[in-house]
Amino acid sequence: MSSSDNKPYAAAIEGWHTMGAKPALIGTQCDECGSYFFPKQTQYCKNPQCESTDFTEVELSRRGHIWSYTNAGYKPPTPFVADDPFEPFAIAAVQLEKEQMVVLGQVVKGVGVDDLKVGLPVELVLEPLHETDEDIKLTWKWQPSEC
Amino acid sequence: MSNEIAILGAGMHPWGKWGHNFVQYGVAAAREALADAGVPWQDVKFISGGATMRCGYPGYVAGASIAQALGWQGAEVNTSYAACASGSQALAAARNKILAGECEVALVVGADTTPKGFLAPAGGYRPEDPDWVRFYLGITNPTYFALYARRRMDLYGDTLEDFAAVKVKNSLIGSKNPRARYRKCFTAEDVAASAMVADPLRLMDICATSDGGAALIVSSMEYARKIGKGNAPRVAAISTVTPTFASEVVEMPDIATDSAAAMGVEAHAYRASLPVKAYEEAGIGPEDVSLAEVYDLSTALELDWIEDLQLAPRGEAAALLRAGDTALGGKIPVNVSGGLACFGEAVPAQALAQVCELTWQLRGQAGDRQVEGAKVGITANQGLFGHGSSVIVTR
Repeated sequence: MSSSDNKPYAAAIEGWHTMGAKPALIGTQCDECGSYFFPKQTQYCKNPQCESTDFTEVELSRRGHIWSYTNAGYKPPTPFVADDPFEPFAIAAVQLEKEQMVVLGQVVKGVGVDDLKVGLPVELVLEPLHETDEDIKLTWKWQPSEC
Repeated sequence: MSNEIAILGAGMHPWGKWGHNFVQYGVAAAREALADAGVPWQDVKFISGGATMRCGYPGYVAGASIAQALGWQGAEVNTSYAACASGSQALAAARNKILAGECEVALVVGADTTPKGFLAPAGGYRPEDPDWVRFYLGITNPTYFALYARRRMDLYGDTLEDFAAVKVKNSLIGSKNPRARYRKCFTAEDVAASAMVADPLRLMDICATSDGGAALIVSSMEYARKIGKGNAPRVAAISTVTPTFASEVVEMPDIATDSAAAMGVEAHAYRASLPVKAYEEAGIGPEDVSLAEVYDLSTALELDWIEDLQLAPRGEAAALLRAGDTALGGKIPVNVSGGLACFGEAVPAQALAQVCELTWQLRGQAGDRQVEGAKVGITANQGLFGHGSSVIVTR
């Protein structure tokens, strides 16, 4: 995969999501109690009733429903790398049914808060977060979906 | 009750934005509290400070830094850090020392000097730090406040006008507080005309960061009686409990909640858990509360806290607000200091500033802001990583 100006794509945060056409967040699941973790938890289970230290890496559900949403009207501070000029972007907290957890992320470019509502189905896609001299950093974003 | 301590003195450096050394604010607050208590500095045997993370090494050992500035006199020192709950944890350390019989009088103090704009994380490439990750992805503190505000609109029918009404209420009462940083009476039109920061929250819905300092002189009940202050306001409860796994509320600075997929785990969000422990410890209930100082990081969060403190059923805080019940003269006045809306946040000082306000209110010394017949006050505040606190003061 490479961009129009031939810079290669790279994950903004290495190992947090798959890079294919149908990307998914990579989390872990506790072998003992079944709790899911994102970001990956590999050392100790955070369920107070579980002392497991064994985890299996899993791809999390690519689809969920919006728990709540907002936008960034002001440029966030570093380490965020802003476009110049800064363009406000929407942010969604998305509930994943199977995992019973909520995951935050930006919403894809071109979709604003007026296009969103609580309960709206969304799916996970990859989009550029920012560019470096070497590559274009991709991250997960939520995109309204049909189902 | 046996676990009570007396509040003999309260003091605050006014809130503002001057960029002076934080120690200066701490000393001013401590001197005011000492004078208010009528206790000589030499009698204070424990200094408990709230740390600040933005003022270099002296801030990490704030208790010692401020003790040195006041003049070393051989007292023991402590410094606590728990983000915005630092002041409450410093107060808890002083209470433990007093109740253990290791000292009679303690100074609790917090002070801060804050940078302009958003609070930012430490630098580098550090994906193991959730605070770094969320800023890298463009998720700031107002993002979280806005997610909660939107939930209120969706679940309970709260409106932008309700949120603005919180600001209008707090700015009206805060205009009468000489220690507040913002003393202008804002209107709903002012709020609506301010810039959108994190939809649905505008600039005037969100609190600023401020410089400031707050201090308390606390003692054993025996010492208070000995100096003729046996009827001073008392700290009846300090709660700093964590949430329980797996809370469904995504909390600053996390990028995701815990998963509730494991069976048999009953989750409690920490905002609702804090007052439960505080009420139990004080042996009172929400019906006994005369006034509350809550952490209005955003206007909408004041409404969340009112429900978490059980001062209104879940989803009904806006109805209380609309009826005027949370204003001065209402059934349960909230943030008669003016709240964060008028102060802005001076992290390690803020939880103590809340207790200062309750102290003055319970003594009947709050002037134009006085809540008639105030007997019981409760505070609530929140920090990062599930830190928060709730303190009950009675008289």
